[in-house]
Amino acid sequence: MKLGDKIATREAYGKALAALGETHDFVVLDADLAEATKTVYFKKAFPDRFFDCGIAEGNMIGVAAGLAAAGKPVFASSFAMFAAGRAFEQIRNSVAYPHLNVKIAATHAGITVGEDGATHQCNEDIALMRTLPGMLVINPSDAVEAQAAVKFALEHNGPCYLRFGRFATPVLHDPDTYSFELGKGEVLRDGTDVTIVATGLMVSMALEAAEMLSAEGISARVINMATIKPLDGEILEKAAVETGAVVTAEEHSVIGGLGSAVAETLSMIHPVPVYRVGVMDSFGRSGKVPPLLKLYGLTPENIVAKAKLAIAAKR
Amino acid sequence: MEATKLTELQKIAVKIRMGVIEGVHAAGAGHPGGSLSIADIISYLYFSEMKVDPKNPKDPDRDRMVLSKGHAAPVLYAALAEKGYFPVEDLKTLRQADSHLQGHPDMKKTPGVDMTSGSLGQGISAACGMALCAKLDKKDYRVYAIVGDGESEEGQVWEALMFAAHNKLDNLCVIIDNNGLQIDGAIHEIVSPAPYEEKIKAFGCHLVTMDAHDFDSIEAAFAEAKATKGQPTVIVAKSVKGKGVSYMENQVKWHGSAPNDEQYAQAMAELNAALAAL
Ligand SMILES: Cc1ncc(C[n+]2csc(CCOP(=O)(O)OP(=O)(O)O)c2C)c(N)n1
Ligand SMILES: [Mg+2]
Repeated sequence: MKLGDKIATREAYGKALAALGETHDFVVLDADLAEATKTVYFKKAFPDRFFDCGIAEGNMIGVAAGLAAAGKPVFASSFAMFAAGRAFEQIRNSVAYPHLNVKIAATHAGITVGEDGATHQCNEDIALMRTLPGMLVINPSDAVEAQAAVKFALEHNGPCYLRFGRFATPVLHDPDTYSFELGKGEVLRDGTDVTIVATGLMVSMALEAAEMLSAEGISARVINMATIKPLDGEILEKAAVETGAVVTAEEHSVIGGLGSAVAETLSMIHPVPVYRVGVMDSFGRSGKVPPLLKLYGLTPENIVAKAKLAIAAKR
Repeated sequence: MEATKLTELQKIAVKIRMGVIEGVHAAGAGHPGGSLSIADIISYLYFSEMKVDPKNPKDPDRDRMVLSKGHAAPVLYAALAEKGYFPVEDLKTLRQADSHLQGHPDMKKTPGVDMTSGSLGQGISAACGMALCAKLDKKDYRVYAIVGDGESEEGQVWEALMFAAHNKLDNLCVIIDNNGLQIDGAIHEIVSPAPYEEKIKAFGCHLVTMDAHDFDSIEAAFAEAKATKGQPTVIVAKSVKGKGVSYMENQVKWHGSAPNDEQYAQAMAELNAALAAL
C-alpha cells in the first residue's frame, strides 16, 4: 500500500483483521456478507474464530454482546444499513448501554454502494451511532487510516463503530509514518480564509477543492476528521478563530452527521458560518459511483461553491 | 428429590416470592406476575443448579444466567439478595433513582447480573454469545436464558435458536416461561407461538417439558439438559403467572402493576402462611 494507490477502506479492514488475527485473540462475526465486507480474509485465515450468523443482524449483535460480556473481543460486520440500521436497537440496548467491548464494523456506507441503490445506501448511520452514549464513531479517509483504526479499535476496551466504504479511493497517508489518534482531527493543508472539515471519502475531494480555491486566490485549510465521536473541539475552535468560516463534507446525510456535529460544537465555542456538503435530506439511487457523486453534490466543485458562500457569510 | 432438599428449596422460593412483593410494593411499580411464575425455577438455578459464588460475581468460570424476559427483574434481585450478593434490605430500593436495582437488569450496576436486558428478544442472543465463548475458551461453564412466552413472538428468539443449534451449543439451556399470558391478554388471543414442541424440534433444539412449580420436575428437566450433547436444550416450563399469591394467579392485570398496602398485606400473609406450613 502506497500513496496514491486506490484501495477501498473495506479492503483495508479485511486485511487488517487477518493480520491482527496472528497476534490478538478475538472473534469476527458476519451476516452472510463476508465476501463483500472482506471479513472473508479473516474467515480463511482463522476459520475457528469466524462465525457467520446468517441473515440475522439483530441476533449477530446480541451474540457479539454475549461474547464480549464473557471476555472475548469481537468484530461484527455487515453493511452499514443492516448493522447500524436494522440492528440499531440491539446495538443501543445490548452493546452501548452495558458498554461492552464490541466493534461494529460497517461497510458499504453512503451512496458509493452504487448500483444496489437506495435500500442499501445508508446515509444515516453516523447520526444513529453518534447519539449513543459511550460509542466511538470512526470514519477513516483512506486504507492506511482504516487499517490503523482497526488496530486501535481492537486494543480499545469499549464499544466502537467503524465506517468503511465499498468504493476504491486514493491512499492519502504514508503507511510508514501514519499513526491513528482517537479524537484528533488532522490538518492536511493549512489555510487562512476558510476551513474544510471532511470525513471518509470526502477528504480527498476536500484536498482537490482546496487546490481549486487556491487557483482563485482563496486559502483553504483542510482537516481530516476521522473520529466523529469524540469530536476534536480544539482543532475546530482554532480553525473557526483563524479562518472564520467552515465547510463540512461527508458522504452522509447533512442531518445528524459530521456537519451537524461540527455546527453543534462551534455554535457553542466559537460561532462562525458552517456550510454543509452531504446528502441533502434525500434517499440514494442506483447508478455508477461517479455520476452518483455528481448527482448528490459530493464533489470538489460543490465544496468550492459552499466555501465561497461560507466566506461571503463571514461577519 | 430428597425431602430435606425439597423443603429447603420450597422455603427459599417462598422467601424469594416475598422479596418480589416487597420490592414491587415499595417501588409502587414493576412486574409481579412474570416474576412469580419463575420463582421456583430461579430458586432451583441459584440454589442447586448453577456454579456461582456471591463473593466472586465476576468469576470467569461461573455459570451464567441471562434473564431475557428482563421485566422479571424483581425475582432475579430477590434471588441474588437471598444468595448473598447484596443485602435483602436493598430490595426495598427497587426502581429508585439512587438504587443499584434498576427497573430492568443492569449488569453494570447490580452484582450477580450477568447481562443487561429488558428489551425483549435480545437476552437470548447474548446467552448464545456467552455459550460460544465457553466453547472457544474450552471452559465448561453453562449458560441459562429465561425467555417469556410472549417474548417468543420476537423473531430474534428464533434467530438465536437457529444460531445455537447450528453451532451445537449444548452448554446453553433456554427456558421458556409458558405462563400463557402477555400484556394485552392471553397468548393464544394475541399472536400465538404455539405449538412450541414442533417448532423447537424443527429449529434443531432438544425439547424438554417441565412443571415450573414442581421441584422434582425442575430437577429432572435441568438434568436432562445437562446430559444432552451436540445441541442446545429448550425447556418449555408450564407455569402459572402470579403463582403463590392467590389473587394474582392467572390474572393479566398483575403483569405490570404493584399491590396497594392492603393487597401487599394479604400477599405477605399468604406467603408467611406458606412458609410456616413447610
Ligand atoms: C422489544 C420489547 N417490546 C415490548 C416490551 C414491553 N413488554 C414488557 S413485558 C411484555 C410482555 C411479555 O410477555 P411474556 O414474555 O409472556 O412475559 P411474562 O408473561 O413472563 O411476564 C411486553 C410487551 C419490551 N419490554 N420489549
Ligand atoms: Mg407470558
